[in-house]
Amino acid sequence: MNQRLALGTFAVLLAVIPLIPGMPVFWVTLLGNVGLAALVAIGLVLLTGVGGMTSFGQAAFCGFGAYATAVLTATHGWSPWQALPVALAVSGFAAVVLGLITVRLSGHFLPLGTMAWGLSLYYLFGKIEMLGRHDGISGIPPLSVFGISLADPRAAHYLIWTVVIGAAILTTHLLDSRIGRAIRALRRGQIAAESFGIDVARTKLIVFVYAALLAGLSGWLYAHVQRTVTPAPFGLNAGIEYLFMAVVGGAGQIWGAIVGAGLVTLLKEALQRVVPAVFGTSVQLEGVVFGIALVALLQVAREGLWPHIVGLLPARQRAAPKPADLLARRAPVAGTDSALEIGRGEALLVLDQARKQFGGLVAVNDVSFKVRRGEIVALIGPNGAGKSTTFNLITGVAALTAGTVRYDGVEISGTSPRVIARHGVARTFQHVKLNPDMTVLENVALGAHLRGRAGILAAMLRLDRRDEARLLAEAAHQIERIGLGEHMMKPAGSLALGQQRMVEIARALAMDPELLLLDEPAAGLRHFEKTALADLLDRLRAEGMSVLLVEHDMGFVMGLTDHIVVLDFGTKIAEGPPEAIKTHPAVLEAYLGGAA
Amino acid sequence: MPADVPWIKTNPAAALARSEPSEGGNHGRPRAVDGTILLFLLQDGITNGAIYALLGIALVLVFAVTRVIFIPQGEFIAFGALTYALLEAGRLPGTVWLLIVFGAVAFTFDFVAMLKDGGGVRRLAKAALLDLALPAAIAGTAMLVAGRGFGPLAHAALTLALVTPLGPLLYRVAFMPIASASVLTLLITAVGVHLVLVGLGLAFFGAEGVRAPAISDLMIEAGPLLVSGQNLAVYALTAASIVALWLFFERSLWGKALRATAVNRLGARLVGIRTSFAGALAFGLAALVGGLSGILVAPMTTIYYDTGFLIGLKGFVAAIIGGLASHPITAAAALAVGVVESIASFFASDLKEVIVFSLILPVLMWRSLTQTHVEEED
Repeated sequence: MNQRLALGTFAVLLAVIPLIPGMPVFWVTLLGNVGLAALVAIGLVLLTGVGGMTSFGQAAFCGFGAYATAVLTATHGWSPWQALPVALAVSGFAAVVLGLITVRLSGHFLPLGTMAWGLSLYYLFGKIEMLGRHDGISGIPPLSVFGISLADPRAAHYLIWTVVIGAAILTTHLLDSRIGRAIRALRRGQIAAESFGIDVARTKLIVFVYAALLAGLSGWLYAHVQRTVTPAPFGLNAGIEYLFMAVVGGAGQIWGAIVGAGLVTLLKEALQRVVPAVFGTSVQLEGVVFGIALVALLQVAREGLWPHIVGLLPARQRAAPKPADLLARRAPVAGTDSALEIGRGEALLVLDQARKQFGGLVAVNDVSFKVRRGEIVALIGPNGAGKSTTFNLITGVAALTAGTVRYDGVEISGTSPRVIARHGVARTFQHVKLNPDMTVLENVALGAHLRGRAGILAAMLRLDRRDEARLLAEAAHQIERIGLGEHMMKPAGSLALGQQRMVEIARALAMDPELLLLDEPAAGLRHFEKTALADLLDRLRAEGMSVLLVEHDMGFVMGLTDHIVVLDFGTKIAEGPPEAIKTHPAVLEAYLGGAA
Repeated sequence: MPADVPWIKTNPAAALARSEPSEGGNHGRPRAVDGTILLFLLQDGITNGAIYALLGIALVLVFAVTRVIFIPQGEFIAFGALTYALLEAGRLPGTVWLLIVFGAVAFTFDFVAMLKDGGGVRRLAKAALLDLALPAAIAGTAMLVAGRGFGPLAHAALTLALVTPLGPLLYRVAFMPIASASVLTLLITAVGVHLVLVGLGLAFFGAEGVRAPAISDLMIEAGPLLVSGQNLAVYALTAASIVALWLFFERSLWGKALRATAVNRLGARLVGIRTSFAGALAFGLAALVGGLSGILVAPMTTIYYDTGFLIGLKGFVAAIIGGLASHPITAAAALAVGVVESIASFFASDLKEVIVFSLILPVLMWRSLTQTHVEEED
């Protein structure tokens, strides 16, 4: 375990530095500042690099933590440890409020909101009497642990770095879990995530609050280390610097945050000392150097420095998951292999006069059909027939203009993809929606999201390992089933398009669905892959699964399906078994024109 | 650091003095408001709001064409205002050197790009002409004109000539190499550029503030209100700019090309519109509008190298209210921002900035509640 060794060396190094004889306190204090900044940057890495959101207002969240503890300890005589939960609660509450307002909006409104927020809070901190206006609050007591005072920066150093390394480890754990996969799906693949029951808005909010809590914690530490707070370190520029640290280290890299915090803090210190000596006191080139470095970095190495640092260490090969207990299937019934066996032939999905209008255009014109349990039904039609729109009406991506869609007797029209997923309806996408950076295994495990239970705390503390092992074993099983076992640990983006389509099917199966909705599953598949897909669907049907597919490949459809629904110009023109459809005059006319 | 930057100060004391010259003593206190004071506040707010409208529209324009949320727009205002004020004071503004430096950097970028993908002498000559010769010519003109007492009109024209090329040069260096990156990456880059420009502003203009003399001494009494020539200039130029931009987009081929790029970059490229040219044009227009706003602001308040940021952000508040998409809503919102700011500075001058920037939050909340689905990014 080279990474553990590297981490251990780093920790020992940090522990030794204050003990070196003759080490100036100045350097120890500076290192402490690196740690305080790293804590904020870790949260930003999660928010920006992993979650695809960003904030220029993290410094304001630090301010909440710092001012909360300053008021409680310096003014009201609380102990710092009593004030900690309040400081965190204040930062967290502020994040919930701002998060609720912005997480549902498209990406750039959040940073803009945080920018406005950061500015107004900076002014507010400087105007409020209770917070000491521009002079701030001084006389904040130092921390003490087990009766040992941490007033000396050397002592505080240990607390700060324990917290930083702890936060980094817990955050790494969080990312390597069920919730972590949902978080990583935020940046690329929100629609797919929603289709597997992940509440994207809620997940975004969780990440935002998590980042704010780390910033609040940093603010709390800062207040008790500095012993005084003023508005200056919580302004917009500080917020920009934190973001800079996250980008330098490598957005998406937890440990990169520490590297970024170190580099930026040291660079800033150097600039503040060297530049005035060379250019005279009035010129502040800090901003210029930072700005140029930021712009250059984004042009030259958008992934930051951390990947290059890791590249120096031997790569760690992740092993395929070990077998684990089986996940619970949907309502298992005694005597049968699965719940799917019961009620074969019953209507499962019922479209009743479904209609979709875009302005004056009727895309789906009062279409009715049924999918029965244990049946494979195909929806076919020429281009522009309304197949995809019908599919979107069933999956909840588009809203019906009139009519209903029922699933197992319950009306699902008007609900969201997330709710429909909970009913046991899994889907694939016409344009593959996998997260290309995540492994095939992780992508498929995302499909089993609803079958896991472990929450955030469990994931951070590694109490989720049994749950996690089951999810991964289930994902591995589904990948083996579609015949891609050897590609399990590769990034999904490295597979051929046909293979990616198969991975989407494995992801859908990992949900343990009753109804499988496949949007052009055979497109881009080679001949033998199509045969394999047909075999797989045939086996699923034998197990009692119901399938609705939209497909262009007539050979594939005719040989496989029980029932075919034909659409043309949004209207159902025929339905019936394949043999009847082949010779149906309306179908022939739609496909081949009136002459036939 | 957004330190306490003096910005267009609505001056309640002066407003009171003007309305009730015989009374004194309780200047600046919140007091019974009569219609006159409200009128003054409204007038002040609309004057500032008109400038925010110009900025907001420039921001919407840049975002539509390039997807860049152009935070440094405010720096163009500061550069424009400082350039104009220094020229009026008979001095040579730092913009001259700034322009030459920017041109040299852009030329380096063009040169390196040419080494990488070829293009020959013609391409090099074109780059040299646009990046080196043109800035040098403008700078040379400025050196000849500065200090000769040519009057406000010539100085204003020279200011625009100095500031406008900064836009395309900036686009070339900072944004063109990553034109296809995500909105988020472009935004972070924009913030980086803002840091650089503020720093350069300090280096090239110094820390002292300057203020230009009023464009004219004209004062018109309109009932209880006094409308200055400056106010009229602001109204007229804002209205003219908005109309000119509208005509440009609706009637000219270049304007239509910009609109096409805004709707669909790939499609625009397929029909032969060079998206890098569209980007440079959008940035040029933004710089032009920024420079113009700067000239208008310069006689109204003391401008420092970092003043532009806060002014620009108020344009942003308006642009965000307009969803970074709608020009008319942005313009209307900008006027509202100006009025809110003016009223807030009278009743709660301490919390003026807090109130103005907090305006964004209810707007975002409303957008959040009315938006029904989660959008896919990238």
